[in-house]
Amino acid sequence: MKPKLRRSMLFVPGSNTGMVCNAFIYKPDTVMFDLEDSVALSEKDSARMMVFHALQHFTYKDIETAVRVNPLDTPFGLLDLEAVIRAGVDIVRLPKTDTVEDVLDMEREIERIEIKIGSPKKTMLLAAIESALGVVNAVDIARSSTRMMGIALGAEDFVRDLHTQRTKEGHELMAARNQILLAARAAKIGAFDSIFSDVKDKEGFMHEVDLIKGLGFDGKSLINPNQIPWLHSAFAPSQKNINWAIEVLEAAKDAKERGLGVISLDGKMVDAPVILRAEWIMDLARASGVLGEEQ
Amino acid sequence: MSKKLETAHAGTLESSDAFVRVIPVDAKGIEIELESSVEEIYGDAIRARVLETATAMSVEGVKIIVQDKGALDYVIKARVQTAILRALGEAEPDWSVL
Repeated sequence: MKPKLRRSMLFVPGSNTGMVCNAFIYKPDTVMFDLEDSVALSEKDSARMMVFHALQHFTYKDIETAVRVNPLDTPFGLLDLEAVIRAGVDIVRLPKTDTVEDVLDMEREIERIEIKIGSPKKTMLLAAIESALGVVNAVDIARSSTRMMGIALGAEDFVRDLHTQRTKEGHELMAARNQILLAARAAKIGAFDSIFSDVKDKEGFMHEVDLIKGLGFDGKSLINPNQIPWLHSAFAPSQKNINWAIEVLEAAKDAKERGLGVISLDGKMVDAPVILRAEWIMDLARASGVLGEEQ
Repeated sequence: MSKKLETAHAGTLESSDAFVRVIPVDAKGIEIELESSVEEIYGDAIRARVLETATAMSVEGVKIIVQDKGALDYVIKARVQTAILRALGEAEPDWSVL
């Protein structure tokens, strides 16, 4: 199965009705409704109810949805799960994930609710790594459940735990980013970078996107819809890469038609991972709007 | 069977939202008061949705005041449900009626 594009995950506070109703317009790859940190304690119930209905509304039928729920050791975590699983969310984003047990506890509750309501859906999990302990355990966390579709860095809390602060250069996040990426790739799941909070600083944002794209991240969490086109343009493949991908796919097609098992392009062997990479580039190119649908 | 209610509210007066107040009254049934900029076109539909939502939650003897700021249908429903749950003092709703 081809991996889904998840370049942009737009955070939408569940308590911001205007954003909840309109986020789909900006076409992020994934909409991430938040019931945790962005929602005041007094509005946890109203945000949960709003997200419960938004998830079922037709405006979110063609877009991947995720919800960041409250921790299970708060009075809100289980209620959040009851609401979002019933509403058919695609992904539950765990709050701060330090250990494998954090994932298994969440998985157990999700499974219980799915069985109770007779849901045919297997809700996916996305773990947020926001502490030194989480980074150290990232490999085990990434492999802890078949529901895991990715792990994400939560940089703001992480730098606090590290006794430092974020900088534009991002040296303080280098170890965590590398560890999260390696853990995700070893488990064959997605790796997602943290938010960039200065929404007016396009230059700084693009610098960070270039960095995380170069490292190998699939995408990034976003807090402002303005950042979506910037991110998508940065993830668009170059014409050189597109030309290479077209040549690979044509060579593969030609070899298949002629019944050849081994494909060669410009004297280099083309095997299954290379073909997958070429298909991935074409998917990215199409999603980025630099190719027509027919190509 | 009707349930005992306290006065409660939910929502905001921001654009795309609705502010809903639930007030217990000494009368049977559900009384609805609506203030909306789209009253002329959608007034009846909004009233019907509020009534249907409140009836499904088995409340009675209540006045529901809705100040609509151009909210989508599901936003009004969510605000009415939250206000009623708060009025009932219930944390977990009966999801099957929502």
